[in-house]
Amino acid sequence: MNRQIVKLFGLILLLYALLFGFTSYWSVFDASSLKANTANRRPLLEEQKIKRGDIVADDGTVIAHSRPVGKGNNKIYVRHYPEGALFGNPIGYSFVDRGRVGFELSHNDELVGNKTEFLSILDELQGHAQVGDKVQSSLNPTAQRAAVNGLAGRRGAVVAMVPSTGEIKAMVSIPEYDPNSVQNSRTFQRLNTDNSAPLFNRATQAGYPPGSTMKVVTATAALDSGQFTPGSVLSGRSPQTIDGVPLSNSGGEQFGDIDMTTALTNSVNTWWAQVGEKLGKDIMFKYMDRYGFDSKPRLDLPAFQLAASGVYSGNRLLGPSDPIDIGRVAIGQERLRVTPLQMAEVAATVANKGELMEPRLWSKVIQPDGRETNLSPSHQSRVMSEDTASELNTMMQSVVREGTGTAAAVSGIDVAGKTGTAEISTGVNDAWFIGFAPASDPQIAIACIVEHTSGFGGPTCGPIFKAVAEATLQNGGSGG
Amino acid sequence: MSARTRELFALIPVALLVTAGFTAVLITNSDKLGNLSLFYGAYFLALCVATHIIIRIRLPDADPFLFPLVALLAAFGMVMLYRLDSGLARDQANWFVLGLVLFSATIIFLRDYAALERYRYLIALAGILLLILPRFLGHATNDAYLAITAGPVTFQPTELAKICIVIFLASYLNERREVLVIGTRKFAGLVLPPLKHLGPLLVVWGAAMVLLVFIRDLGSSVMFFGAFLALIYVATARISFVIIGLLMFVLGAWFFSHTAAHIHERFEIWLDPFKDPGGSGYQISQSLFAQADGGLFGRGLGDSLVQLPGATHCTNVTDCAILPAPHTDFIYAVIVDELGLFGGAAVVLIYALISERGFKTAVLAEDGFSKLLATGLTTILALQAFVIIGGVTRVIPLTGVTLPFISYGGSSIVANFILLALLLMISDRSRRRVRLQQEALE
Repeated sequence: MNRQIVKLFGLILLLYALLFGFTSYWSVFDASSLKANTANRRPLLEEQKIKRGDIVADDGTVIAHSRPVGKGNNKIYVRHYPEGALFGNPIGYSFVDRGRVGFELSHNDELVGNKTEFLSILDELQGHAQVGDKVQSSLNPTAQRAAVNGLAGRRGAVVAMVPSTGEIKAMVSIPEYDPNSVQNSRTFQRLNTDNSAPLFNRATQAGYPPGSTMKVVTATAALDSGQFTPGSVLSGRSPQTIDGVPLSNSGGEQFGDIDMTTALTNSVNTWWAQVGEKLGKDIMFKYMDRYGFDSKPRLDLPAFQLAASGVYSGNRLLGPSDPIDIGRVAIGQERLRVTPLQMAEVAATVANKGELMEPRLWSKVIQPDGRETNLSPSHQSRVMSEDTASELNTMMQSVVREGTGTAAAVSGIDVAGKTGTAEISTGVNDAWFIGFAPASDPQIAIACIVEHTSGFGGPTCGPIFKAVAEATLQNGGSGG
Repeated sequence: MSARTRELFALIPVALLVTAGFTAVLITNSDKLGNLSLFYGAYFLALCVATHIIIRIRLPDADPFLFPLVALLAAFGMVMLYRLDSGLARDQANWFVLGLVLFSATIIFLRDYAALERYRYLIALAGILLLILPRFLGHATNDAYLAITAGPVTFQPTELAKICIVIFLASYLNERREVLVIGTRKFAGLVLPPLKHLGPLLVVWGAAMVLLVFIRDLGSSVMFFGAFLALIYVATARISFVIIGLLMFVLGAWFFSHTAAHIHERFEIWLDPFKDPGGSGYQISQSLFAQADGGLFGRGLGDSLVQLPGATHCTNVTDCAILPAPHTDFIYAVIVDELGLFGGAAVVLIYALISERGFKTAVLAEDGFSKLLATGLTTILALQAFVIIGGVTRVIPLTGVTLPFISYGGSSIVANFILLALLLMISDRSRRRVRLQQEALE
């Protein structure tokens, strides 16, 4: 019988080898795919145990904070947003049951303190619990509040950025939402199904027809390509046939033979549409692309919360080879859709002497031990020469001084800007203003849009520009 | 060095494991647990020494490694239970006392285990009654009838039944093994036993099928039938019996997996646990997720996610548990989670070593009954470990048997201590004979 007993032992060893094989498969070889399994809530639960870093505004105001719940080994941290809805859309939220969006998602690695594998093993050996880094945002509460008050409940968006660094000082989307409230599943559902789409960040996700603000882009192409000068003269009579269809000036207003400065100051559609047709699609698209059109903005938000600006056919971006009425693109019509962020970048580029800086919501990462990593501004593209920028700057000042944008004037400071009024249907407009101040030494570039209003760009958005500009220039440089 | 002194030295790693384990848990959970609870660790070690003394007095020649290996498993269990809930560790230590009492009682009152042969039918009857009892008195846990609850105590009769059945099979096969072998016929290359002896084989197969359908537990069914096939193979040296038996079992299991809904569901979950990871596949998928968290070295004792973090109203270990039954069925998954592949491999290795000592005992034994009894007890213990670890790691469909000497639970501890007592008695007798022969030669 002994031989059989030995064989039996062999069989048992074989079965145990099977156990070892399966255990090693689950715990080592297949571990990463099991961790990625959507039914596996462990990674999420695990992150709850980490004290997520604070998010603060440029003046140190706490935007997001993690509060401990429970005791001892069973302690978790829950996110709280002391400022409520003020920073709602750009910052987003982070809750286990809701996931995360916005800044909370795009800066998750810093906020939970994820490091390289090697460093975290070292930490673990030293018995350090994982702690998140504090991230300072460039957003400024005063500017943010000025934008919210300026929009006064009207649907729309405001983006304010520092031309020389790309730092976003204000980003507001109305209707807003309070990130604290999404924890409640009923509220979350209501926010998701609400027709006014409060969770949708209009500043970076919404595509609006830019109206006449687009003429800044057209002017850039016209001047920088060398085909036009501020003194170039064209006819401003209305209507004129553009792409086979008659085009009129706003209110059917007639202009004679006028130069570019006059045409920009008075936002003469027929004049600029001719420029668009003369430049052609290739040159127009070349400058649009330099401004960052046709690709997602390089902002530190999750890609799904960023939309590219450009000429759309359905969801498809069109290019110079597609049949496009470029004359109407030049005046912000056709199927052109732009985000408020993109138009803020346009204003900032002119303000920054033709150099576009990458837009940024973060300005500093502060590790628990006090070490800091500061944002070093990155150049995105040289859109136009300094001379072109300077000529455009002068023309845009004239818009605010004596043209359509007088409502944006700030006393004692030169303001450069451009209005836009995109007619959606009779009497319903998307009102725009983009601009920067002070024109001689630009500190802030701002884009403002109010959706579906009966008003025009200048009177509607001009005062909002003024309020946000004043708010940022007053505490200019604080914290930044 | 005498066998007993060797045993005492072999207990040193056990003491180290318990001390290191308890200290590790205490460091991680220092805010939750008081120093007082370290007492359970000391209590457990004292019990090990007491057991050693009983063996030294009553079974001086018994295998020196069996008990330390069992103690090592128990130490693993104690540390894990302490980590889950210090109250569980206290209860488990108390169960060890009861186990130890019955261990001693077995050794002291059953002076000659050969006497068991005389009562084999009575024992068989007791075993069968114990098996089917939960169906009438008990309640179903996860659809299987394995436990009886009387007041605060839950009793799993299967644990005791396995010993009864093995005693019966060893005795029966020892008597019949010659007749089973002679008069065999060849059919299609297979050696078939004479028809009249096929009867008992069919009876045991039928019993296993009844277990499958009646008790609704594939695990116990595999365990019992596996032990039976092992014994019939060792007794007759006829692999054909094993093949026929296996075919019959697979056929039966296949049939019932298509006709009985609960068995069918078990198979479905096993084949694709992620089809319904929140419902029927919850247990096994959580088990695999826990093991994935462990990796090579584990997350460290006390550092794995056992309960929902932040939950405030958990009164015991199964409340707010992410992994269901972390102290019983899924304790192996917790071990892999916290001690990694190395921890899991260590547990499997200890079972392999226990099997080795058990089979060694069987090989050394002189008479057929002793050989078969030692083989049967070792096999059923080894298979039990395989069935539950295999279930937790998705080698086989998940079933609800305990992990011997590690899982929390009185019946399991008590029954396995009796099993250990029998093995040590067989070992003591055969090794004494070998020692006396050697001494005589000198």
